[in-house]
Amino acid sequence: MKANANPKANHQILILTYGIVLLFIGLVVYYGYFLQVKSDSVINNSYNARLDSFADRVVRGEIRSSNGQVLARTDVDGEGHETRVYPFDSMFAHAVGYSVNGKTGLEAQSNFYLLTSHVNIIEQVINELSSKKNQGDNVVTTLDVDLQKKAYEALGKRNGAVVVMEPDTGKILAMVSKPDYNPNTILSDWNSLVAEENTSGQLLNRSTQGLYPPGSTFKIVTALEYIRENPENYKDYVFDCDGIYENGDYSIKCYHETAHGHQNFTQAFANSCNGAFSNLGLMMDLNGLKNTSEQLLFNTDLSLPFPSNRSSYIMAQGADTWQILQTAIGQGQTQITPLHNAMITAAIANGGTLMKPYLIDHVENAGGDIIKKFVPQAYGNIMTAEESAKMTELMQAVITEGTGSALRTDAYTVAGKTGSAEFDKNKETHAWFVGYAPAEHPKIAVSVIVEEGGSGGKTAAPIARSLFDLYFSR
Amino acid sequence: MINLIIDVSRYLMILLIALYTYLNFRYFSFQDDKRKNSICRRQNILMFLIHLLAYGIIWLETKDERMLVFYGAQVLFFFGYLFLYRLFYRNLSKLLVNNMCMLLSIGFIMLTRLSFDKAVKQFTIVVVAAAVTCIIPFIIDRVWQLSKIPWVYGIGGVILLGIVCVAGTTSYGAQLSIGVAGFSFQPSEFVKISYVFFIATMFYRSVSNRSILLVSGISALHVLILVLSKDLGSALIFFITYVFMLFIATGKWRYLLGGTVGGILASTLAFQLFSHVKTRVAAWLNPWADIAGKGYQISQSLFAIGTGGWFGMGLYRGMPRKIPVVEKDFIFSAISEEMGGIFALCVLLICLGCFLQFMMVAGNMQAVFYKLIAFGLGMIYAIQVFLTVGGVTKFIPSTGVTLPLVSYGGSSVLSTFIIFGIIQGLYILKRNEEEEDQYES
Repeated sequence: MKANANPKANHQILILTYGIVLLFIGLVVYYGYFLQVKSDSVINNSYNARLDSFADRVVRGEIRSSNGQVLARTDVDGEGHETRVYPFDSMFAHAVGYSVNGKTGLEAQSNFYLLTSHVNIIEQVINELSSKKNQGDNVVTTLDVDLQKKAYEALGKRNGAVVVMEPDTGKILAMVSKPDYNPNTILSDWNSLVAEENTSGQLLNRSTQGLYPPGSTFKIVTALEYIRENPENYKDYVFDCDGIYENGDYSIKCYHETAHGHQNFTQAFANSCNGAFSNLGLMMDLNGLKNTSEQLLFNTDLSLPFPSNRSSYIMAQGADTWQILQTAIGQGQTQITPLHNAMITAAIANGGTLMKPYLIDHVENAGGDIIKKFVPQAYGNIMTAEESAKMTELMQAVITEGTGSALRTDAYTVAGKTGSAEFDKNKETHAWFVGYAPAEHPKIAVSVIVEEGGSGGKTAAPIARSLFDLYFSR
Repeated sequence: MINLIIDVSRYLMILLIALYTYLNFRYFSFQDDKRKNSICRRQNILMFLIHLLAYGIIWLETKDERMLVFYGAQVLFFFGYLFLYRLFYRNLSKLLVNNMCMLLSIGFIMLTRLSFDKAVKQFTIVVVAAAVTCIIPFIIDRVWQLSKIPWVYGIGGVILLGIVCVAGTTSYGAQLSIGVAGFSFQPSEFVKISYVFFIATMFYRSVSNRSILLVSGISALHVLILVLSKDLGSALIFFITYVFMLFIATGKWRYLLGGTVGGILASTLAFQLFSHVKTRVAAWLNPWADIAGKGYQISQSLFAIGTGGWFGMGLYRGMPRKIPVVEKDFIFSAISEEMGGIFALCVLLICLGCFLQFMMVAGNMQAVFYKLIAFGLGMIYAIQVFLTVGGVTKFIPSTGVTLPLVSYGGSSVLSTFIIFGIIQGLYILKRNEEEEDQYES
């Protein structure tokens, strides 16, 4: 047969062979990376039916508070029958969730860890030989029982939500949503909870998924945009308030038509003067306001390890006057979740850097050895340090000379903003408070909403006060 | 107690296959036949041990006597195949036969676990394929005419693919097979071989511009028909193989470069034109977005692999059947889920070892025709393995091709047997020549 027409053929075959080998190495490395790093987050998915079969060989682990108190555990009786027990009844209902008829909350988020056992190999063998199940790993959360209890009791019978966060880590210390349910009796209550005539929505976690008009807490965003547009002379702004601001056919009322009189920028913010902020809205670049909102994560999936709704902000260039007047004071079509409001507040407290909120501190095996540790992660800078300092100054004035008087104390300094969000002409407003303390070196940030609670300063601020008091008394 | 035995066997199997894989590569570093033979013997022992452990587990889990009979039949087959092949062909590549048997046995194990009936069917086809393809090395050695009939390969291939495109039965959105006398027959598996033969015979005759143009035209026709049949995986394999063979035949880098650029352009065009390409790419980029629909298969596959982890859930302890067409395109995920990520990686490396053998044969052949054939078939094999494993692990978009010798499917098994038979034939041809040379000198 003919000799080779291409004298370099073997050399070139070698090169292509190397190419293919390289491709395979890439595949192997990717595969290893997937198994070692990515698989945990991938497989913990409600569509992965495999996890349920883990329960055949593992007793579901415990969910614990940050100091080790049991929030959920599985009791096994003599016949091997398992019951999930929640010692705090409904206090942690939404944060911890339930694990019958589907899973929610931490029961869903940490399902994989709870059903994976890392007990030592000798114990595994002994369990195997005595045909006992292995004990699943325990999930230790960031939740603080005292703060949760305080928030839970402070909300009382009213509907609403409370989120408490550490601004510099993103740890969620408390997460309360009302109305609630008792996870211990959820199976027997199920039908009434999901009944069509039941409109109270006990199963919904309002703190992460409830969408509310932000009301005057949105003035944080409006103020920030105004500061961005006028960084040097924003404080020169003045407004004369007679309780009702009229613009053409439209009029914007301050809360209870209170006439604030002559207001500078800081006073307008501290007193939550609707007239002044509506007026500011008309003066500003609407696309700029939209951009600032989106930088603060409106219209953005928060992409957290637990479900959350995205807050929405709609207005842009070309909006009509009424819409501008409304949107600038947090009414109109804008909607926000209590968690998102807590995140914005925490970012201001943390010099503009938003830390990702998280609920699981670490996973440990039944013997207490740490299996996996979660560390704080930055979401990014949503404003500059300078801007956050300016916002802190404004928000401190809210407490010292404005609507946040409920938080005036010598024990610590607070920066915050109240809100009374109108949602139905015939009903009381939703009461909001967001804030953090101490203002100089923030340790905790809170977001409180009380549905139909009336004035934020009168209803929501005292709840924040009780949380701060508790936190700083320890 | 049974759980303990099963768990221990599982780790043992991982250890054994790791050892097997190690020997597979160690083999290349030895020159003398004695040490090579000793490696191959050890590989055989390892294979039979893995096979035994796996069927032990299968029996413990199912307590089904049919499993024992089936196991016995397989052991007989492997003994017979290994023994007879060596008897007929003194100068064969034992490593290649070993790897074939290893991959086949893993396929049998996994298929038995997934569906006993399918495993038995597969076994029957394997036995027939093994018997029939035994004579291929003999044919390669004697039949010169194989290099004289390019148009039989070229036109035959186009016609076969054309029939499937027009009259084929549709499965998962692609026309892949035609029914002949009650059997479902997938011609593209065989056209792969005739295609390589076509290109090799043509370029063996001439690499003039006219010839290149002609071969390019016929190759493009193959690829086009496959695209129209929506068999994108095969289309890709055919295309890349052509570009590579053209490069090796001519030695000109500009063809490789041009082919690559052309391939990228064609892929972009296909992405724009065909909605099913868009679907596949979307499911690859973010399977979670439509997890219940288009992303279902790949996300189930990732669940399987991820849940299995490095050491696997153990046979019958996972849920591989949650993955649609698991026994064909997604068998790798099933292996990874139940036998472990390490085991699955070893399977991948064994396939890579086969490819290296193919390339060594290509390198050793003097005649252009043989060289191109070994090279082309090797590339087809490697690309196919890469596409299937890359696809099920979300490394690349899923293209829907099988893992040769492991996946369920008669056409795939038979065609792979033919490919390995041809390479084996070339290997034997070369060794025989070398022996004669030695004898003469």
